[in-house]
Amino acid sequence: MTSAVKTDAALYELALRMGDNALILGQRVGAWCGHAPVIEEDIALANVALDLIGQTKMWLSLAAEIEGKGRSADDLAFLRDGRQFRNSLLVEQPNGDFAHTLMRQFLFDAWHLPMLAALRQSSDRRIADIAEKAEKEARYHLERSEDLIIRLGDGNTESHARMQAALDTLYPFAGELYTADAIDADLAARGIAPDLGDIGAAYVSYLKGALADATLTAPWDAAIRKGGKQGLHSEDMGYILADMQWLQRAYPGAKW
Amino acid sequence: MSNEWPLWEVFIRGQHGLAHRHVGSLHAPDAEMAVKNARDVYTRRNEGVSIWVVKAGDITASAPGDKEPLFDPSNSKVYRHPTFYDIPDEVGHM
Repeated sequence: MTSAVKTDAALYELALRMGDNALILGQRVGAWCGHAPVIEEDIALANVALDLIGQTKMWLSLAAEIEGKGRSADDLAFLRDGRQFRNSLLVEQPNGDFAHTLMRQFLFDAWHLPMLAALRQSSDRRIADIAEKAEKEARYHLERSEDLIIRLGDGNTESHARMQAALDTLYPFAGELYTADAIDADLAARGIAPDLGDIGAAYVSYLKGALADATLTAPWDAAIRKGGKQGLHSEDMGYILADMQWLQRAYPGAKW
Repeated sequence: MSNEWPLWEVFIRGQHGLAHRHVGSLHAPDAEMAVKNARDVYTRRNEGVSIWVVKAGDITASAPGDKEPLFDPSNSKVYRHPTFYDIPDEVGHM
């Protein structure tokens, strides 16, 4: 379709979107380290965060390679400003209570897995290779987050109320993950990325089943909150970047 | 009454066809979660291909005080130790 979107520019955007989702969620989840309700959860959350940071490194290295301006994955992670990040609004939402953290993870994982599975068929070998590695991790992440939201949603009165509140708050952000823009359409037309509409249909049908098992009801008709993929973020993003980037900003080029 | 999750003992089978080996313990509300937690706590570096979990309370252990009557007598009887056989290399781990 849009001939204005160049191959490399669209590919660069795809690598950034995948990488920034993993980076910002990894940064968010990593903040639980040392604070989770029990040590087993603490370790599990840190593992998920580290998986995501590992995936970030692959995606952002690819983005840097496509861009071809001599920047590294670290440069992209630590020296870009808010408007240059392409993560969805969902992953930058605050950790809140444990229910919000788990629900955010579940809504992301349930999209991430089919997205990565589809990207394994990408006509771009580099994208397919990264997706193949990341998919195995995403499969475990979803197994874990699905199990926990069902246990807590279908748990006691308090856990149910907290999970429902988290779903009410976070569900409106889920739609951005499968809402295609011109870049997505261009990538899909060239077989580099899947049709996001297909991913979305599978995603919503999966959510309906899992959330029913969890005795939770999503606000299915809520307006979709979006903008992150195009660089328009919420206020939270600034705080995340301040936390994540201050060292490289205060001591440019610092290494250890 | 304790609000703590029950304790589970974790056994992992390594890559080399050896038996499951005790690696440690953890807390979890039930067996399924215990396996998931064990995966996160003990198998992040390719340590294993199989996990067993057993409720710590379900293990019957010998008492430390029974050490002598249970174990000492066998040491003086060399024929109880299978050290008189040559094991062919092809057998591998035994």
